[in-house]
Amino acid sequence: MTHKLRMSLLAAGAAAALTLAACSSSGGKQDNADDTAAAGTANTPRMTVAFITHSAPGDTFWDLVRKGAEDAAKKDNVELQYQSDPDGPGQANLVQSAIDKKVDGIAVTLAKPDAMKANVTKAAQGGIPVVALNGGIDAWQGMGVLGYFGQDERIAGRAAGQKLGTEGAKKTLCVIHEQGNVGLEARCDGVKDTFPNTEKVYVTGTDMPGVQAAITSKLQQDKAIDRVLTMGAPFALAAVQSVKDTSSAAKVVTFDTNKELVAAIKGGTVQWAVDQQPYLQGYLAVDSLWLYKTNGNTLGGGQATLTGPAFIDSGNVAAVEQYANNGKR
Amino acid sequence: MSTATDVAAARDDRVASRPLAARVLSRPEVGSLVAAIVIFLLFMLVAAPFRNVANVGTILYGASTIGIMAVPVALLMIGGEFDLSAGVAVTTAGLSGSLLAWNFGLNVWIGVLLSLVLAVAIGAFNGWLLLRTGLPSFLVTLGTFFILQGVNLGVTRLATGNVASADISDMDGFASAHAVFGSAVTIGPVNLKITVLYWLVLTALGAYVLLRTRIGNWIFAVGGDAAAARAVGVPVRSTKVGLFMAVGFCAWLSGMHLLFQFNTVQSGEGVGKEFIFIIAAVIGGCLLTGGYGSVVGASIGALIFGMTQLGINYAGWNPDWFRTFLGVMLLLATIVNLYVKRRADLR
Repeated sequence: MTHKLRMSLLAAGAAAALTLAACSSSGGKQDNADDTAAAGTANTPRMTVAFITHSAPGDTFWDLVRKGAEDAAKKDNVELQYQSDPDGPGQANLVQSAIDKKVDGIAVTLAKPDAMKANVTKAAQGGIPVVALNGGIDAWQGMGVLGYFGQDERIAGRAAGQKLGTEGAKKTLCVIHEQGNVGLEARCDGVKDTFPNTEKVYVTGTDMPGVQAAITSKLQQDKAIDRVLTMGAPFALAAVQSVKDTSSAAKVVTFDTNKELVAAIKGGTVQWAVDQQPYLQGYLAVDSLWLYKTNGNTLGGGQATLTGPAFIDSGNVAAVEQYANNGKR
Repeated sequence: MSTATDVAAARDDRVASRPLAARVLSRPEVGSLVAAIVIFLLFMLVAAPFRNVANVGTILYGASTIGIMAVPVALLMIGGEFDLSAGVAVTTAGLSGSLLAWNFGLNVWIGVLLSLVLAVAIGAFNGWLLLRTGLPSFLVTLGTFFILQGVNLGVTRLATGNVASADISDMDGFASAHAVFGSAVTIGPVNLKITVLYWLVLTALGAYVLLRTRIGNWIFAVGGDAAAARAVGVPVRSTKVGLFMAVGFCAWLSGMHLLFQFNTVQSGEGVGKEFIFIIAAVIGGCLLTGGYGSVVGASIGALIFGMTQLGINYAGWNPDWFRTFLGVMLLLATIVNLYVKRRADLR
């Protein structure tokens, strides 16, 4: 055995030993049981649905919407083409490309309705069934869209404001992580309708330490704040850190959830969350297109089908938790 | 007949000592220092919470998360190159550490070390590709920027089925790693995050290497004129690759903070931060063309950023104008910088 070979064998052995010793006795992937909803598959002809959202890449919220859409697609024998572009004209262009591809249905978010209107109307008039979800509750009816699945952000905001009022909160900080997003503004405005002592703060959602520092500074500046209301789950978790840093008595509440947030509600660091059931939005959008194609059914009777607001708090978190762990709530 | 005055006149003016004021004013970081003081005084006047000593920790934390990256980015810029992948590389480092540990059920520290190897390797790859192809670093790292952005999303989804890394706070080694990368100490009324310490150490180290060592001379030389530097025997290739690896190392440090501060990492994070690092370096006196700049200046640039970002919050100004205000601040800082430097050079 040459010296070199012996050395490399030794190194390999050491590495193996290190790896064995380096195993974590808790946590990690092994804890996760894969629990996919295994419903049967429809025997209707294969159809193609373009699912076009305004999501920024890597957003946990949109991941849930997509999972709902994928599950529905699997069950309904649908080929799902998921695409997204946070930029209004870019998203409109994706609708155009779906028309060009002659898909059998389009599910689209209308967060920037003015940019989307021309192409969505064109698709509907051209005989492609279109449903809207998540954003654009005030705009979808004029575009020939069959139905809308989502939450009225203003109503959700008002509900949150009411809850804050009944809890006896004094002052709320409303954290907006995307400047210029009408949905998030509507939420905070809704909160203000029913809970007037609400102040907005703007943070950059793609910069977590920045979010934390901004919330911290606001808590330091205004000691009267006793509720921090974030517009997304990851930001609520950052806010928890800020509250801890400032040893402020403020409590953290939020819109939207993910797995970690559900755990935080269970652990008591976050009080409650307004849930708009993103999984359901994605699922219903695809499923309703399939229903329309197969039976000519429509949902909602010309009105929006509301998937929220529902509250998750310490009272019902145990029930929600198992679904959240599967990435469905 | 020679007199004392003749001797003085005959002395080589290249080595003559200039007045102290001129020497100080011609330092690259002076402009940013002036700007920092002006911004500091401004917010001291208008924002009451800014005057509260207890809040210094928050401002320093905001500055430190930028500063940790601004230091190596400044060194790289002095060495004549850009790294547009620096922002998403931070996310890549955080994600890889978390995913490796989580996916294979390893001790968190193994994930941390593997992530270090990966982050430095990405830096080395950037440098290698740059030298290999001769393309401008702007293009090469723009490529890496997009590649990493996609990899961050794609690999995270492959491993976890989600777009954020799983929570690893229940795994072995998390507590100690959190202490190293995400802890905080309270000194009197001030809560100081450990990133502030890393930032100061990196600044001191970077400034020492740049100004007091042979490597520092090499960095100035390769940024000023790579061909001339090579001609006088400067190892241009290793200097540049080393600089990229330094960026990788600091990206790892930032990524570890991201991971252990928040327990999970969102895979879409970090986009756009690369420009913040570059801007901090430029405010601090780095030239976009290379060969000139300062590490201390870059750190002051990061401080200016931190003060402005949080000062607007503290002052309670209408946040609609935040970006505009930031832009004006940056322009002013750079102009002051330029003006001070010109005046100093005239003397």
